Amino acid sequence: MNPRIALATAARVLTQLRRDPRTLLLLLLVPVVLEALMKGIFWDQPGVFQRVGVPLLGIFPMTSMFLVTSITMLRERTSGTLERLMTMPLAKLDLLLGYALAFGAVATLQGTLVSLFAFGLLDLNVAGSPAAVVALAVLNALLGTAFGLLVSAFATTEFQAVQFMPAFLFPQLLLSGLMVPRERMLSGLEVFSNFLPMTYAYDALYRVSSSASFSGALAKDVAILVGATLGALILGAATLRRRSG
Amino acid sequence: MTAEGAISVQGLRVIRGGREVLHGVSLEIARGSVTGLLGPSGCGKTTLMRAVVGVQHVAGGSVTVLGHPAGAPALRTRVGYLTQAPSVYDDLTVAENLRYFGRVYGVAPGRAEEVSAVVGLTSHLGQAVGRLSGGQRARVSLATALLNNPEVLVLDEPTVGLDPVLRRDLWEMFHGLARGGATLLVSSHVMDEAERCDSLVLMRDGQVLAAETPARLRETTGAEDIEGAFLTLIAGQEADV
Repeated sequence: MNPRIALATAARVLTQLRRDPRTLLLLLLVPVVLEALMKGIFWDQPGVFQRVGVPLLGIFPMTSMFLVTSITMLRERTSGTLERLMTMPLAKLDLLLGYALAFGAVATLQGTLVSLFAFGLLDLNVAGSPAAVVALAVLNALLGTAFGLLVSAFATTEFQAVQFMPAFLFPQLLLSGLMVPRERMLSGLEVFSNFLPMTYAYDALYRVSSSASFSGALAKDVAILVGATLGALILGAATLRRRSG
Repeated sequence: MTAEGAISVQGLRVIRGGREVLHGVSLEIARGSVTGLLGPSGCGKTTLMRAVVGVQHVAGGSVTVLGHPAGAPALRTRVGYLTQAPSVYDDLTVAENLRYFGRVYGVAPGRAEEVSAVVGLTSHLGQAVGRLSGGQRARVSLATALLNNPEVLVLDEPTVGLDPVLRRDLWEMFHGLARGGATLLVSSHVMDEAERCDSLVLMRDGQVLAAETPARLRETTGAEDIEGAFLTLIAGQEADV
Protein backbone atom coordinates (compact mmCIF):
# COMPACT_ATOMS: atom_id res chain seq x y z
CA MET A 1 0.00 0.00 0.00
CA ASN A 2 1.18 3.48 -0.83
CA PRO A 3 -0.62 6.67 0.31
CA ARG A 4 0.97 8.65 -2.53
CA ILE A 5 -0.72 6.43 -5.12
CA ALA A 6 -4.07 6.38 -3.29
CA LEU A 7 -4.06 10.19 -3.09
CA ALA A 8 -3.00 10.56 -6.73
CA THR A 9 -5.86 8.23 -7.70
CA ALA A 10 -8.37 10.20 -5.63
CA ALA A 11 -7.21 13.44 -7.27
CA ARG A 12 -7.46 11.85 -10.71
CA VAL A 13 -11.02 10.57 -10.10
CA LEU A 14 -12.08 14.02 -8.83
CA THR A 15 -10.55 15.71 -11.89
CA GLN A 16 -12.50 13.32 -14.13
CA LEU A 17 -15.68 14.17 -12.25
CA ARG A 18 -14.94 17.89 -12.60
CA ARG A 19 -14.71 17.40 -16.38
CA ASP A 20 -18.34 16.29 -16.27
CA PRO A 21 -20.09 19.24 -14.59
CA ARG A 22 -23.55 17.97 -15.48
CA THR A 23 -23.01 14.75 -13.50
CA LEU A 24 -21.63 16.75 -10.60
CA LEU A 25 -24.62 19.10 -10.68
CA LEU A 26 -27.06 16.16 -10.79
CA LEU A 27 -25.25 14.49 -7.89
CA LEU A 28 -25.62 17.59 -5.76
CA LEU A 29 -29.08 18.80 -6.80
CA VAL A 30 -31.17 15.65 -7.28
CA PRO A 31 -31.23 14.78 -3.53
CA VAL A 32 -32.25 18.37 -2.75
CA VAL A 33 -35.12 18.25 -5.25
CA LEU A 34 -36.27 14.82 -4.05
CA GLU A 35 -36.18 15.88 -0.42
CA ALA A 36 -38.30 18.92 -1.33
CA LEU A 37 -40.71 16.60 -3.16
CA MET A 38 -41.04 14.44 -0.04
CA LYS A 39 -41.88 17.54 1.92
CA GLY A 40 -44.52 18.38 -0.70
CA ILE A 41 -46.24 15.00 -0.88
CA PHE A 42 -46.42 14.73 2.91
CA TRP A 43 -47.41 18.38 3.29
CA ASP A 44 -50.38 17.61 5.56
CA GLN A 45 -48.66 14.67 7.29
CA PRO A 46 -45.58 16.33 8.83
CA GLY A 47 -45.09 13.29 11.07
CA VAL A 48 -44.47 11.07 8.06
CA PHE A 49 -42.01 13.56 6.57
CA GLN A 50 -40.17 13.58 9.90
CA ARG A 51 -40.00 9.76 9.90
CA VAL A 52 -38.77 9.24 6.33
CA GLY A 53 -37.04 12.58 5.67
CA VAL A 54 -33.98 11.95 7.81
CA PRO A 55 -33.28 8.37 6.66
CA LEU A 56 -33.58 9.54 3.05
CA LEU A 57 -30.80 12.11 3.65
CA GLY A 58 -28.48 9.17 4.19
CA ILE A 59 -29.88 6.85 1.54
CA PHE A 60 -29.56 9.26 -1.42
CA PRO A 61 -25.75 9.29 -1.21
CA MET A 62 -25.68 5.49 -1.06
CA THR A 63 -27.65 5.10 -4.30
CA SER A 64 -25.91 7.87 -6.23
CA MET A 65 -22.39 6.78 -5.23
CA PHE A 66 -23.29 3.18 -6.04
CA LEU A 67 -24.22 4.19 -9.59
CA VAL A 68 -21.33 6.59 -10.18
CA THR A 69 -18.77 4.15 -8.83
CA SER A 70 -20.01 1.12 -10.71
CA ILE A 71 -20.02 3.00 -14.02
CA THR A 72 -16.61 4.63 -13.43
CA MET A 73 -15.07 1.31 -12.45
CA LEU A 74 -16.68 -0.46 -15.39
CA ARG A 75 -15.14 2.17 -17.69
CA GLU A 76 -11.80 1.58 -16.04
CA ARG A 77 -12.15 -2.13 -16.76
CA THR A 78 -13.33 -1.78 -20.37
CA SER A 79 -10.98 1.05 -21.44
CA GLY A 80 -7.87 -0.95 -20.59
CA THR A 81 -6.71 1.57 -17.98
CA LEU A 82 -7.31 -0.97 -15.21
CA GLU A 83 -5.11 -3.49 -17.01
CA ARG A 84 -2.43 -0.82 -17.44
CA LEU A 85 -2.60 0.05 -13.74
CA MET A 86 -2.31 -3.64 -12.88
CA THR A 87 1.06 -3.76 -14.68
CA MET A 88 2.22 -0.79 -12.59
CA PRO A 89 3.45 -0.64 -8.98
CA LEU A 90 -0.06 0.00 -7.67
CA ALA A 91 -1.65 -2.13 -4.95
CA LYS A 92 -5.31 -2.96 -5.46
CA LEU A 93 -6.01 -1.30 -2.13
CA ASP A 94 -4.43 1.95 -3.39
CA LEU A 95 -6.95 2.02 -6.21
CA LEU A 96 -9.92 1.21 -3.95
CA LEU A 97 -8.84 3.74 -1.34
CA GLY A 98 -8.38 6.35 -4.04
CA TYR A 99 -11.95 5.78 -5.18
CA ALA A 100 -13.28 5.77 -1.62
CA LEU A 101 -11.48 9.06 -0.83
CA ALA A 102 -12.73 10.78 -3.97
CA PHE A 103 -16.34 9.67 -3.68
CA GLY A 104 -16.27 10.15 0.10
CA ALA A 105 -15.37 13.80 -0.54
CA VAL A 106 -18.21 14.21 -3.03
CA ALA A 107 -20.59 12.47 -0.62
CA THR A 108 -19.59 14.87 2.15
CA LEU A 109 -20.48 17.78 -0.10
CA GLN A 110 -23.72 16.11 -1.22
CA GLY A 111 -24.77 15.10 2.30
CA THR A 112 -23.95 18.53 3.74
CA LEU A 113 -25.86 20.35 1.02
CA VAL A 114 -29.06 18.27 1.25
CA SER A 115 -28.92 18.30 5.08
CA LEU A 116 -28.49 22.08 5.25
CA PHE A 117 -31.41 22.41 2.86
CA ALA A 118 -33.65 19.98 4.76
CA PHE A 119 -32.86 21.32 8.23
CA GLY A 120 -32.79 24.98 7.18
CA LEU A 121 -35.61 25.31 4.67
CA LEU A 122 -37.83 22.24 5.00
CA ASP A 123 -38.14 22.38 8.82
CA LEU A 124 -36.87 18.84 9.20
CA ASN A 125 -35.82 18.24 12.80
CA VAL A 126 -33.49 15.76 14.40
CA ALA A 127 -33.29 15.00 18.10
CA GLY A 128 -29.62 14.06 17.66
CA SER A 129 -26.87 16.08 16.05
CA PRO A 130 -27.28 17.19 12.42
CA ALA A 131 -23.55 16.51 12.05
CA ALA A 132 -24.23 12.86 12.91
CA VAL A 133 -26.74 12.74 10.03
CA VAL A 134 -24.09 14.06 7.62
CA ALA A 135 -21.53 11.60 9.02
CA LEU A 136 -23.96 8.70 8.49
CA ALA A 137 -24.69 10.00 4.98
CA VAL A 138 -20.94 9.86 4.21
CA LEU A 139 -20.66 6.37 5.70
CA ASN A 140 -23.60 5.23 3.56
CA ALA A 141 -21.99 6.81 0.50
CA LEU A 142 -18.82 4.82 1.19
CA LEU A 143 -20.94 1.68 1.49
CA GLY A 144 -22.52 2.55 -1.87
CA THR A 145 -19.06 3.09 -3.36
CA ALA A 146 -17.85 -0.27 -2.04
CA PHE A 147 -20.90 -2.07 -3.45
CA GLY A 148 -20.50 -0.22 -6.74
CA LEU A 149 -16.90 -1.41 -7.03
CA LEU A 150 -18.01 -4.94 -6.29
CA VAL A 151 -20.91 -5.16 -8.75
CA SER A 152 -18.92 -3.52 -11.54
CA ALA A 153 -17.05 -6.82 -11.75
CA PHE A 154 -20.29 -8.56 -12.72
CA ALA A 155 -21.35 -6.05 -15.37
CA THR A 156 -19.93 -6.18 -18.87
CA THR A 157 -21.90 -3.25 -20.24
CA GLU A 158 -23.10 0.08 -18.85
CA PHE A 159 -26.70 -1.08 -19.35
CA GLN A 160 -26.08 -3.95 -16.96
CA ALA A 161 -24.35 -1.71 -14.44
CA VAL A 162 -27.32 0.67 -14.42
CA GLN A 163 -29.75 -2.24 -13.95
CA PHE A 164 -27.80 -3.44 -10.92
CA MET A 165 -29.02 -0.38 -9.06
CA PRO A 166 -32.72 -1.38 -8.93
CA ALA A 167 -31.77 -5.06 -8.66
CA PHE A 168 -29.41 -4.55 -5.78
CA LEU A 169 -30.64 -1.46 -3.92
CA PHE A 170 -34.44 -1.38 -4.40
CA PRO A 171 -35.15 -4.58 -2.47
CA GLN A 172 -32.95 -3.26 0.32
CA LEU A 173 -34.86 0.03 0.29
CA LEU A 174 -38.24 -1.75 0.41
CA LEU A 175 -37.18 -4.00 3.28
CA SER A 176 -35.19 -1.42 5.27
CA GLY A 177 -38.20 -0.25 7.30
CA LEU A 178 -38.58 3.00 5.40
CA MET A 179 -41.81 1.92 3.69
CA VAL A 180 -43.26 -0.38 6.34
CA PRO A 181 -41.91 -0.95 9.84
CA ARG A 182 -39.99 -4.20 9.73
CA GLU A 183 -41.90 -5.82 12.59
CA ARG A 184 -45.07 -5.60 10.47
CA MET A 185 -43.56 -7.49 7.54
CA LEU A 186 -44.02 -11.21 6.84
CA SER A 187 -41.65 -12.92 9.24
CA GLY A 188 -39.57 -14.37 6.41
CA LEU A 189 -39.01 -10.89 4.98
CA GLU A 190 -38.18 -9.48 8.39
CA VAL A 191 -35.53 -12.17 8.89
CA PHE A 192 -34.17 -11.50 5.39
CA SER A 193 -33.98 -7.76 6.12
CA ASN A 194 -31.58 -8.51 8.99
CA PHE A 195 -28.99 -9.47 6.40
CA LEU A 196 -29.32 -6.29 4.30
CA PRO A 197 -26.95 -3.39 5.04
CA MET A 198 -29.48 -0.69 4.18
CA THR A 199 -31.63 -1.91 7.08
CA TYR A 200 -28.90 -0.71 9.43
CA ALA A 201 -28.46 2.53 7.50
CA TYR A 202 -32.15 3.26 7.98
CA ASP A 203 -32.05 2.17 11.63
CA ALA A 204 -29.06 4.36 12.45
CA LEU A 205 -30.53 7.44 10.80
CA TYR A 206 -33.90 6.83 12.43
CA ARG A 207 -32.23 6.57 15.84
CA VAL A 208 -30.33 9.83 15.33
CA SER A 209 -33.55 11.55 14.28
CA SER A 210 -35.54 10.35 17.28
CA SER A 211 -33.05 10.41 20.16
CA ALA A 212 -30.28 12.76 21.23
CA SER A 213 -28.23 10.12 23.00
CA PHE A 214 -25.63 7.91 21.38
CA SER A 215 -27.05 4.50 22.25
CA GLY A 216 -25.43 1.10 22.11
CA ALA A 217 -27.94 0.14 19.43
CA LEU A 218 -26.72 3.03 17.26
CA ALA A 219 -23.11 1.97 17.81
CA LYS A 220 -24.06 -1.53 16.67
CA ASP A 221 -25.71 -0.17 13.50
CA VAL A 222 -22.62 1.90 12.70
CA ALA A 223 -20.33 -1.07 13.35
CA ILE A 224 -22.39 -3.22 10.96
CA LEU A 225 -22.28 -0.51 8.28
CA VAL A 226 -18.50 -0.16 8.64
CA GLY A 227 -18.14 -3.95 8.55
CA ALA A 228 -20.31 -4.23 5.41
CA THR A 229 -18.27 -1.48 3.72
CA LEU A 230 -14.97 -3.19 4.51
CA GLY A 231 -16.37 -6.56 3.50
CA ALA A 232 -17.55 -5.21 0.14
CA LEU A 233 -14.18 -3.50 -0.41
CA ILE A 234 -12.30 -6.73 0.28
CA LEU A 235 -14.61 -8.67 -2.04
CA GLY A 236 -14.22 -5.87 -4.59
CA ALA A 237 -10.43 -6.09 -4.32
CA ALA A 238 -10.69 -9.81 -4.98
CA THR A 239 -12.46 -9.08 -8.28
CA LEU A 240 -9.54 -6.91 -9.45
CA ARG A 241 -7.32 -9.43 -11.15
CA ARG A 242 -3.83 -8.75 -12.37
CA ARG A 243 -4.21 -11.63 -14.80
CA SER A 244 -7.16 -12.38 -17.02
CA GLY A 245 -8.03 -15.00 -19.60
CA MET B 1 25.70 -7.76 -15.93
CA THR B 2 24.20 -11.19 -16.24
CA ALA B 3 24.52 -13.18 -19.42
CA GLU B 4 20.88 -14.24 -19.44
CA GLY B 5 18.47 -12.71 -21.93
CA ALA B 6 15.90 -10.09 -21.07
CA ILE B 7 12.91 -12.28 -21.91
CA SER B 8 12.84 -16.04 -21.88
CA VAL B 9 9.72 -17.95 -22.88
CA GLN B 10 9.63 -21.74 -22.47
CA GLY B 11 6.87 -23.96 -23.85
CA LEU B 12 4.20 -21.31 -23.30
CA ARG B 13 0.66 -22.54 -23.73
CA VAL B 14 -2.36 -20.23 -23.40
CA ILE B 15 -6.01 -21.19 -23.59
CA ARG B 16 -8.54 -18.44 -24.30
CA GLY B 17 -12.25 -19.09 -24.54
CA GLY B 18 -11.70 -22.86 -24.45
CA ARG B 19 -9.33 -22.74 -27.43
CA GLU B 20 -5.57 -23.11 -27.23
CA VAL B 21 -4.14 -19.96 -28.85
CA LEU B 22 -0.45 -20.44 -28.04
CA HIS B 23 0.84 -23.98 -28.59
CA GLY B 24 4.08 -24.25 -26.65
CA VAL B 25 5.92 -21.09 -27.70
CA SER B 26 9.62 -20.85 -26.81
CA LEU B 27 11.66 -17.71 -27.32
CA GLU B 28 14.82 -15.96 -26.12
CA ILE B 29 15.20 -12.22 -26.44
CA ALA B 30 18.58 -10.58 -25.81
CA ARG B 31 19.03 -7.46 -23.73
CA GLY B 32 19.50 -4.16 -25.51
CA SER B 33 17.78 -5.18 -28.73
CA VAL B 34 14.70 -4.35 -30.74
CA THR B 35 12.77 -7.50 -31.59
CA GLY B 36 9.92 -7.38 -34.05
CA LEU B 37 6.99 -9.71 -33.46
CA LEU B 38 5.32 -10.29 -36.80
CA GLY B 39 2.40 -12.31 -37.98
CA PRO B 40 -1.16 -12.03 -39.21
CA SER B 41 -3.93 -10.71 -37.03
CA GLY B 42 -5.12 -13.40 -34.63
CA CYS B 43 -1.86 -15.39 -34.63
CA GLY B 44 -1.28 -14.84 -30.90
CA LYS B 45 1.03 -11.78 -30.86
CA THR B 46 -1.03 -9.86 -28.33
CA THR B 47 -1.53 -12.94 -26.15
CA LEU B 48 2.23 -13.54 -26.11
CA MET B 49 2.86 -9.92 -25.17
CA ARG B 50 0.25 -10.04 -22.43
CA ALA B 51 1.99 -13.12 -21.06
CA VAL B 52 5.33 -11.27 -21.07
CA VAL B 53 3.93 -8.37 -19.02
CA GLY B 54 2.14 -10.84 -16.75
CA VAL B 55 -1.52 -9.98 -17.31
CA GLN B 56 -2.39 -13.20 -19.16
CA HIS B 57 -3.46 -16.45 -17.49
CA VAL B 58 -1.18 -19.16 -18.82
CA ALA B 59 -2.03 -22.84 -19.08
CA GLY B 60 1.54 -24.12 -19.20
CA GLY B 61 5.18 -23.23 -19.67
CA SER B 62 7.06 -20.30 -18.20
CA VAL B 63 7.85 -16.69 -18.98
CA THR B 64 10.89 -15.08 -17.32
CA VAL B 65 11.61 -11.36 -17.61
CA LEU B 66 14.89 -9.89 -16.30
CA GLY B 67 15.33 -13.05 -14.24
CA HIS B 68 11.92 -12.85 -12.57
CA PRO B 69 8.69 -14.68 -13.40
CA ALA B 70 6.57 -12.42 -15.66
CA GLY B 71 4.29 -10.13 -13.69
CA ALA B 72 6.38 -10.34 -10.49
CA PRO B 73 6.00 -7.24 -8.28
CA ALA B 74 9.70 -6.45 -8.74
CA LEU B 75 9.08 -6.03 -12.48
CA ARG B 76 6.27 -3.51 -12.21
CA THR B 77 8.63 -0.52 -12.16
CA ARG B 78 10.97 -2.02 -14.78
CA VAL B 79 8.57 -3.04 -17.55
CA GLY B 80 6.51 -0.77 -19.81
CA TYR B 81 3.51 -2.00 -21.78
CA LEU B 82 1.62 -0.38 -24.61
CA THR B 83 -1.72 -2.05 -25.31
CA GLN B 84 -3.07 -2.14 -28.84
CA ALA B 85 -6.05 0.08 -28.02
CA PRO B 86 -4.92 3.27 -26.25
CA SER B 87 -5.47 2.78 -22.52
CA VAL B 88 -5.60 6.31 -21.18
CA TYR B 89 -8.36 8.46 -19.68
CA ASP B 90 -10.27 10.22 -22.46
CA ASP B 91 -11.75 12.84 -20.14
CA LEU B 92 -8.35 13.98 -18.85
CA THR B 93 -5.83 16.13 -20.70
CA VAL B 94 -2.56 14.70 -22.02
CA ALA B 95 -0.66 16.32 -19.13
CA GLU B 96 -3.14 15.05 -16.50
CA ASN B 97 -2.88 11.50 -17.82
CA LEU B 98 0.90 11.55 -17.82
CA ARG B 99 1.12 13.16 -14.38
CA TYR B 100 -1.26 10.62 -12.87
CA PHE B 101 0.54 7.59 -14.27
CA GLY B 102 3.84 9.27 -13.38
CA ARG B 103 2.74 9.54 -9.76
CA VAL B 104 1.77 5.88 -9.74
CA TYR B 105 5.32 5.08 -10.92
CA GLY B 106 6.77 7.65 -8.51
CA VAL B 107 8.80 9.44 -11.20
CA ALA B 108 9.67 13.15 -11.12
CA PRO B 109 6.82 15.42 -12.29
CA GLY B 110 9.01 16.71 -15.15
CA ARG B 111 8.91 13.25 -16.78
CA ALA B 112 5.43 14.05 -18.17
CA GLU B 113 6.86 16.87 -20.31
CA GLU B 114 9.88 14.77 -21.32
CA VAL B 115 7.91 11.80 -22.61
CA SER B 116 5.35 13.99 -24.36
CA ALA B 117 8.23 15.64 -26.22
CA VAL B 118 9.56 12.21 -27.23
CA VAL B 119 6.26 11.31 -28.89
CA GLY B 120 5.78 14.80 -30.35
CA LEU B 121 2.82 15.88 -28.25
CA THR B 122 4.26 18.89 -26.43
CA SER B 123 1.84 21.24 -28.14
CA HIS B 124 -1.15 19.09 -27.09
CA LEU B 125 -0.40 18.81 -23.36
CA GLY B 126 -3.46 20.82 -22.34
CA GLN B 127 -5.92 19.04 -24.64
CA ALA B 128 -8.39 16.39 -23.49
CA VAL B 129 -7.32 13.00 -24.85
CA GLY B 130 -10.85 12.26 -26.09
CA ARG B 131 -10.57 15.20 -28.51
CA LEU B 132 -7.33 13.99 -30.11
CA SER B 133 -7.05 11.95 -33.29
CA GLY B 134 -6.60 8.18 -33.09
CA GLY B 135 -2.88 8.42 -33.80
CA GLN B 136 -2.39 11.13 -31.19
CA ARG B 137 -4.23 9.09 -28.56
CA ALA B 138 -2.01 6.12 -29.39
CA ARG B 139 1.02 8.38 -28.78
CA VAL B 140 -0.32 9.47 -25.37
CA SER B 141 -0.59 5.79 -24.51
CA LEU B 142 2.97 5.22 -25.77
CA ALA B 143 4.27 8.18 -23.75
CA THR B 144 2.70 6.62 -20.66
CA ALA B 145 4.60 3.40 -21.28
CA LEU B 146 7.87 5.39 -21.41
CA LEU B 147 7.34 7.26 -18.12
CA ASN B 148 9.35 4.90 -15.92
CA ASN B 149 12.31 4.50 -18.32
CA PRO B 150 11.50 0.79 -18.57
CA GLU B 151 14.26 -1.77 -19.03
CA VAL B 152 11.83 -3.95 -20.96
CA LEU B 153 9.32 -2.25 -23.23
CA VAL B 154 6.52 -4.30 -24.76
CA LEU B 155 4.75 -2.40 -27.55
CA ASP B 156 1.66 -3.79 -29.24
CA GLU B 157 1.37 -2.16 -32.68
CA PRO B 158 2.82 1.22 -31.66
CA THR B 159 2.95 2.75 -35.14
CA VAL B 160 -0.52 2.02 -36.52
CA GLY B 161 -2.05 5.03 -38.23
CA LEU B 162 0.99 7.27 -37.83
CA ASP B 163 2.42 9.39 -40.60
CA PRO B 164 5.68 8.13 -42.15
CA VAL B 165 7.88 10.85 -40.64
CA LEU B 166 6.63 10.15 -37.16
CA ARG B 167 6.94 6.41 -37.71
CA ARG B 168 10.58 6.84 -38.70
CA ASP B 169 11.19 9.07 -35.65
CA LEU B 170 9.63 6.53 -33.32
CA TRP B 171 11.75 3.70 -34.74
CA GLU B 172 14.83 5.88 -34.22
CA MET B 173 13.67 6.43 -30.66
CA PHE B 174 13.21 2.67 -30.15
CA HIS B 175 16.80 2.05 -31.30
CA GLY B 176 18.04 4.87 -29.09
CA LEU B 177 16.39 3.18 -26.10
CA ALA B 178 17.94 -0.15 -27.08
CA ARG B 179 21.40 1.42 -27.35
CA GLY B 180 20.78 2.70 -23.82
CA GLY B 181 20.34 -0.92 -22.72
CA ALA B 182 16.56 -1.31 -22.96
CA THR B 183 14.99 -4.38 -24.52
CA LEU B 184 12.06 -3.80 -26.86
CA LEU B 185 9.50 -6.26 -28.13
CA VAL B 186 7.46 -4.56 -30.84
CA SER B 187 4.57 -6.18 -32.66
CA SER B 188 3.53 -5.15 -36.11
CA HIS B 189 1.67 -6.54 -39.04
CA VAL B 190 3.43 -4.18 -41.41
CA MET B 191 6.19 -6.22 -42.97
CA ASP B 192 8.22 -3.18 -44.07
CA GLU B 193 8.82 -2.38 -40.40
CA ALA B 194 10.56 -5.73 -40.04
CA GLU B 195 13.74 -4.43 -41.64
CA ARG B 196 14.10 -1.91 -38.83
CA CYS B 197 14.39 -4.62 -36.16
CA ASP B 198 17.56 -6.25 -34.78
CA SER B 199 15.81 -9.59 -34.77
CA LEU B 200 12.45 -10.95 -35.82
CA VAL B 201 9.99 -13.44 -34.47
CA LEU B 202 7.54 -14.67 -37.08
CA MET B 203 4.35 -16.15 -35.71
CA ARG B 204 1.42 -17.97 -37.25
CA ASP B 205 -1.49 -19.83 -35.65
CA GLY B 206 -0.07 -19.67 -32.15
CA GLN B 207 3.37 -20.96 -33.11
CA VAL B 208 6.75 -19.38 -33.76
CA LEU B 209 7.80 -20.05 -37.37
CA ALA B 210 11.21 -18.45 -37.05
CA ALA B 211 13.29 -16.26 -34.76
CA GLU B 212 16.25 -14.74 -36.60
CA THR B 213 17.85 -11.48 -37.66
CA PRO B 214 16.24 -10.03 -40.80
CA ALA B 215 19.40 -10.75 -42.83
CA ARG B 216 19.66 -14.39 -41.68
CA LEU B 217 15.98 -14.88 -42.39
CA ARG B 218 16.35 -13.73 -46.01
CA GLU B 219 19.48 -15.83 -46.35
CA THR B 220 18.00 -19.09 -45.03
CA THR B 221 14.80 -18.76 -47.03
CA GLY B 222 16.39 -17.31 -50.13
CA ALA B 223 13.65 -14.69 -50.23
CA GLU B 224 14.20 -11.08 -51.24
CA ASP B 225 12.21 -9.51 -48.44
CA ILE B 226 10.60 -10.47 -45.14
CA GLU B 227 7.19 -10.92 -46.74
CA GLY B 228 8.74 -13.44 -49.12
CA ALA B 229 10.59 -15.14 -46.28
CA PHE B 230 7.33 -15.46 -44.39
CA LEU B 231 5.60 -17.06 -47.38
CA THR B 232 8.50 -19.48 -47.90
CA LEU B 233 8.36 -20.51 -44.25
CA ILE B 234 4.60 -21.07 -44.41
CA ALA B 235 4.95 -23.13 -47.58
CA GLY B 236 7.67 -25.20 -45.85
CA GLN B 237 5.49 -25.68 -42.78
CA GLU B 238 2.53 -26.85 -44.87
CA ALA B 239 4.72 -29.22 -46.90
CA ASP B 240 5.87 -30.83 -43.63
CA VAL B 241 2.33 -31.65 -42.55
